[in-house]
Amino acid sequence: MVELLAQYPLVAALIALVGLAAVFGALLGFAAIRFRTEGNPIVEQINDILPQTQCGQCGHPGCKPYAEAIAGGEAINKCPPGGEAGIQALADLLDLEVIPLDDEHGEEDPRPAVAFIREDECIGCTKCIQACPVDAILGAAKQMHTVIASECTGCDLCVEPCPVDCIDMLREEESLQNWHWHLPDPVSRNVDIIATDAAPEATSRDRAA
Amino acid sequence: MRKVFDFHGGIHPPENKQQSLQTPIVKAGIPPLLVLPLSQHIGAPAVPAVAPGDRVLKGQLIGEARGFVSVPLHAPTSGTIEAVEERQIAHPSGHRAPCIVIRSDGLDEWIECRGIEDYTTLDKSDLLQRIRNAGIAGMGGAGFPSAVKLAVQPEKKISTLIINGTECEPYITADDALMRERAEQIVSGAMILRHLVEPEETLLGVEDNKPEAIATLLTAAQGTGLEVVSFPTKYPSGGEKQLIEILTGKQVPSGGLPADIGVVCQNMGSAAAIHDAVVLGRPLISRITTVTGDAIDQPQNFEVLLGTSMAYLLEKAGYRAERNNRLVMGGPMMGFTVPSPDVPVVKTTNCILAPSERELPTPPPAQACIRCGMCAEVCPASLLPQQMFWFAQGKEFDKLEQHNLFDCIECGACSYACPSNIPLVQYYRASKAEILQLRRDHEKSEHSRLRFEARQERLEREEREKAEKRAARKKAAEAKAKQGTANGEAEEDPIQAAIERAKAKKAAQQSAADAQGGSEGEREKLEKAVVSTRKRLDTAIAKLEQAQAEGSDLVEALQTGVDKTRLKLETAETALAALQNSSDSTTAESTSSTDAAQLAIEKAMAARAAEADLSPAEKARADLEKLEQRLEKSRAKLAQSRDAGDEEKIIEALEATVERLAGKVEQARQQLQQAESA
Repeated sequence: MVELLAQYPLVAALIALVGLAAVFGALLGFAAIRFRTEGNPIVEQINDILPQTQCGQCGHPGCKPYAEAIAGGEAINKCPPGGEAGIQALADLLDLEVIPLDDEHGEEDPRPAVAFIREDECIGCTKCIQACPVDAILGAAKQMHTVIASECTGCDLCVEPCPVDCIDMLREEESLQNWHWHLPDPVSRNVDIIATDAAPEATSRDRAA
Repeated sequence: MRKVFDFHGGIHPPENKQQSLQTPIVKAGIPPLLVLPLSQHIGAPAVPAVAPGDRVLKGQLIGEARGFVSVPLHAPTSGTIEAVEERQIAHPSGHRAPCIVIRSDGLDEWIECRGIEDYTTLDKSDLLQRIRNAGIAGMGGAGFPSAVKLAVQPEKKISTLIINGTECEPYITADDALMRERAEQIVSGAMILRHLVEPEETLLGVEDNKPEAIATLLTAAQGTGLEVVSFPTKYPSGGEKQLIEILTGKQVPSGGLPADIGVVCQNMGSAAAIHDAVVLGRPLISRITTVTGDAIDQPQNFEVLLGTSMAYLLEKAGYRAERNNRLVMGGPMMGFTVPSPDVPVVKTTNCILAPSERELPTPPPAQACIRCGMCAEVCPASLLPQQMFWFAQGKEFDKLEQHNLFDCIECGACSYACPSNIPLVQYYRASKAEILQLRRDHEKSEHSRLRFEARQERLEREEREKAEKRAARKKAAEAKAKQGTANGEAEEDPIQAAIERAKAKKAAQQSAADAQGGSEGEREKLEKAVVSTRKRLDTAIAKLEQAQAEGSDLVEALQTGVDKTRLKLETAETALAALQNSSDSTTAESTSSTDAAQLAIEKAMAARAAEADLSPAEKARADLEKLEQRLEKSRAKLAQSRDAGDEEKIIEALEATVERLAGKVEQARQQLQQAESA
């Protein structure tokens, strides 16, 4: 056997290659079964970036279906609540070009909104409850309904079904609780920070004087 | 002499501390109105415990702590609660916040205070509760509730307790003045803290630019075991993490707390307040505040009641508004411009700075970063400020976090050192806020996702349950039918069985008719019907008469009943007569006429035959008419159910029907056109 192989190196090489192919093939086949991933992991990652307002502005019934559609090759610029930042994140994840938001699906509003039911006008028809994708509306038939503000995603879906039009979308106003510092305006001279005010040379000379 | 360490970076800005140290601490007195914000600390705001119109005594609780990280609020003087409302407070946003407004009565009448002679007899949790109930929050500037900081977990052994008397920021001398004049209070407070924390050593850290303070502290601390440590002046050595490094040589890990390396830090002012709270039983109702700057005639330190308006203090110190370019709360490095002088002094107001334009000029416009690296050199947290500046501009938040943005203590040393006058700290503050906002948003979206999925699951489950119920009902019906057929014949299919039954009936009828030579059975039936109907009519008429006699409301109903019965009787009689006539004719005819089903089929066949006679155009027209009628009907139904506010599903189904019919009408119309043109 060894002699034969020594005599015909081509056969030896062939046997070696076929042997390697068989071994790795078996290994890969085993790995494919053993370490099988359930579902599409990229869909989960995309879904993680989407804002989960479940508003359907993208034309899909919820964020997960849109995530699936994106994984299937749909455009990434159909999510107004996610806005430019969301498109940026999706483009980074999927290695795509950043494209501007598709106006057809709505405009980005930086201030989050919360649905509010004018309770004395509510007739208790439960239509908004059925429309709410996150069960954020509380109420029963012929009883007044109300929105649980902390659960509301501001998706707008309850406004249209209301037969008496008693739902308002309230934009969050800036208050002491949600105020935060903003990036300085590079053009403005009205900078609130104090540290930069100091002209070190001038004041130290003052002190020396 | 103890070995002191150094921390990375730092700057040496002009100190400007002498101006306000010329006179001893002055009591600012009782202003006519005190405005006390409910949130003067980090954590949940206090909850008002008084209502407008209530009379309060000095030191009385007016706001209760809500939650663990919160402190209560006390009345700084006696008087009447004027309002609990939103007022402008000292905050960089200029927003208003809920405040308790007290109109002072000038009597300054104390509520009964009970101090403790010997706090060592007290349980530690009671002692902590006392500190918490006194409303003490870190007085260095951040305002973190002291009791929370002191409640270290028992598994964390504290080796060093540090009392921070550094006061490294220019202009501020509140702690310096306090140390000079009230060293005993501080030492007493420090001993209470030592008793609470049980460290191996207790250090009082003071920068070497306060020799008088060090001297008095040394005298007061003699024989107590407290160690006064002085170290070279440098900004920002008063930062908690920096001071810990100076005194112990240990660095607090990134994202960690001082307690992780066995250190607890408290401010000098807090120590004095803790002394007041424990020994005298007095809550935190006043503090030392420095009023200084070029626009102040007599810069000095005031002992001021919390809630005093800044304008009141400024007036006492000789404020020249025309020389002042802006009013700053805190020092020149970390302070912020207050929206108006009418805002109140709070627990964290260590300094009110009224500089002139010459003293703190308006910052020149920021220029491009020249990558000189000065900011990295002075950063006390060893960060890379210029790098973070680029990332902040590009909103690359993950990179900012990788560069440890959250270790930035916002001391402003980088901005101070920047030759291009870039307000670096403002970028970091904004980015931090943005990142926290994003984290909150992400948390919320995760929450909504879970709720959405839960709802989807619920809907599916409901659908499934409905389907199961339907299946179960169907099964039950089948089983019942099976049982029925099993009792009678061995037939399986209920429909088949019904057909069989109908057939059998029909056959029986036919055979009966055949047997009796005509419609004998039928006639009998009809005769019976006539007799019974007549009987019923008689009773009905009797009832009607009775009702008429009594004048009952039922007369009308009975009348219609009678009419109906009479009609029935008449039809039965005519049918009987017809049958009698037809019975003379052939039996075959009579049997066929009695079979209704056969009749309908015949009718339909006749109609079809008639249709066949029609031209295609006429047929199409007839079709169209029929369809239009149906469309009309279903439209009406839809409108009706919409008005009635039916379920969405029903409306949807109706809408679908209307659409379908409309389509059919269209089709029929086209057919008609084709037929006509053909």
